[in-house]
Amino acid sequence: MSLFSWGMYPKIQNNKTSLKSVSGLYEYIKKTKEFISFGNGRSYGDSAINEKILYCKDYNNFLEFDEVNGILRCQAGVLLSEILESFVQRGWFLKVSPGTKLITIGGAIASDVHGKNHHIEGCFSKCVSEFKIMLANGDIETVKAGSELFLATCGGMGLTGVILEACISLKKINSQFIKQTTVKTTNLKETFEAFESFKEFQYSVAWIDCLAQGANLGKCLLMLGDFDDDGDLDYKSKSKLNIPFNFPSFALNNLSVKAFNWLYYAKAANGISKQRVSIDSFFYPLDSIKNWNRIYGKNGFTQYQFILPKENSFEGLQNILTKISQSGKGSFLAVLKLYGKENKNFLSFPIEGYSLALDFKIENGLFELLDELDKIVVKYNGRIYLTKDVRVSKETFELGYPNIQKFRDFREKNNMSEKFNSLQSKRVEI
Amino acid sequence: MSYVLIIGAKSDIAKEIARTYAKNGYNLYLCARSSSDLSELKTDIEVRSAVNVQILDFDITAYDTHKSFYEQLSEKPLGVIIVSGYMTEQKIAQKNWGECLNTINVNYTGAVSILNIISNDFEKERRGFIVGISSVAGDRGRKANYIYGSAKAAFSSYLSGLRNRLFKSGVSVLTVKPGFVATKMTQKLHLPERLTAEPIDVAEDIYKAQQAGKNILYTKSIWFLIMLIIKNIPEFIFKKLSI
Repeated sequence: MSLFSWGMYPKIQNNKTSLKSVSGLYEYIKKTKEFISFGNGRSYGDSAINEKILYCKDYNNFLEFDEVNGILRCQAGVLLSEILESFVQRGWFLKVSPGTKLITIGGAIASDVHGKNHHIEGCFSKCVSEFKIMLANGDIETVKAGSELFLATCGGMGLTGVILEACISLKKINSQFIKQTTVKTTNLKETFEAFESFKEFQYSVAWIDCLAQGANLGKCLLMLGDFDDDGDLDYKSKSKLNIPFNFPSFALNNLSVKAFNWLYYAKAANGISKQRVSIDSFFYPLDSIKNWNRIYGKNGFTQYQFILPKENSFEGLQNILTKISQSGKGSFLAVLKLYGKENKNFLSFPIEGYSLALDFKIENGLFELLDELDKIVVKYNGRIYLTKDVRVSKETFELGYPNIQKFRDFREKNNMSEKFNSLQSKRVEI
Repeated sequence: MSYVLIIGAKSDIAKEIARTYAKNGYNLYLCARSSSDLSELKTDIEVRSAVNVQILDFDITAYDTHKSFYEQLSEKPLGVIIVSGYMTEQKIAQKNWGECLNTINVNYTGAVSILNIISNDFEKERRGFIVGISSVAGDRGRKANYIYGSAKAAFSSYLSGLRNRLFKSGVSVLTVKPGFVATKMTQKLHLPERLTAEPIDVAEDIYKAQQAGKNILYTKSIWFLIMLIIKNIPEFIFKKLSI
């Protein structure tokens, strides 16, 4: 069989074993030379792909909820969407949520995901008070926030063990609605100014037209939001539009992307406008289209996401956006965001600065372009997000992550290096 | 809110059915031969959905216990869902009478025993719903699986007659015919991806069909077509095939 991640690239033959019980896992760890944990397959590249895969989604019991402090204990295969279905109606929401709710708790920890409120709340690990993990020797350890194993595992891409369960704290909400403010800017300078001046909003993210050139380079729609104070809590996932098959790969081209971007930008009012939107449309717009990854065709796609330190962001982004618009390999979804301070985890992606994420379909010439972009990222002391990556070189990766040696030593010391590996970890020699 | 009684609650499909009904506000009676096997599921559902979950010992082949089991339920359920099933390899079932009889009894005799009792009550009360998980394997006997298949065929026939009888009392009866489902029972088999349903999808299909008062549900729906074709192959050809 062939299990692959969201980018549908690479596809290799692999052997999947379902995580059902601790005793079953113990035997699996003892007898399996090398494998990687796999959640719901929403990382984009090869970070959860290997010949042997431990499929964790069926390990998904809720274990305990502390109504007073809003702390949920659950198994690692639970999806964020399941938490929302249970708890929004009782007035609770995730403290940190990425742009899809279709990921597992284990995946959220392993990628140390972040969301539109990173500048205020930080990464997912900040709402994790403890978790349980099975190590390479089969021991189960309870890991408290701040310990070395915690710092290595949060953002550690599943390379320290199999996360079994976690305690996460939720936040109180009074409404399922978001007060959204949309700011339309016409160039990169305005975009940066808008991010700075609207910093007090809980949530912020910008959609950027990466095919715009010249004076319009960096024009964007900046979406800002806070939860409303009143309104109902009647949250139900709606039925989904489905993309039933892979689009032909020529469907996405320079023209169709330009047309989409033009329409999307033109539809928003000039200047500042206000809307009231639901949780799903604010946080998870793409989750409403099942299998949206198929629009990139059967060869798949990748997401290129990097971050640059704040002081270098403007110049670096200008260079990168120019390069992309010249290449004509644009994408619908180019997302820009200003991040807050970095945490102490060894391999977490966020640092204080601007991050840009772009989707590209896999085609001839793409990886050469991305190698060029890597050079600019390196020049400005930036880094690449492993959760999205499928092709970065060892050198580029290492330059972005100064703690990598610490992480490698930790893996070595605890006999993790042989046991837990993905195609990605072998490629960049994590 | 009303209770739904789930018989055979230990299976992967039953687990998702239970979660789905709880999500929609139903309280649950969950039954298995050894109810302690269900305590994790009980906790899971209570944390997820804030409904009442009671776990009960119930052996579907201990026919003489069925009446008292139903009578001791303090609040009678609004609906019952029979998920119990037993499948062993055909080769074993055709050689070993104990295995063969157990296949028939778990899939058919036991279900009849408990449903006779419950349907009499529902008929009298003129309300309620009954859901039986049968199988596409019951649509036509094949050499690869005909002992299990024939027990499911009998169960499907029983449900069909029960539906006919209870129609005028306003009690609905849903026959569910899953095709391939990715569960513990099928973990070792190599199932074609496009024809294989996840338990959670089966559960949602069942909930929707039951709420809509449907009679027969194939899940995934493509199995309706597949079985239509298989049922219509003339016997003189069918007997030569290996499908």
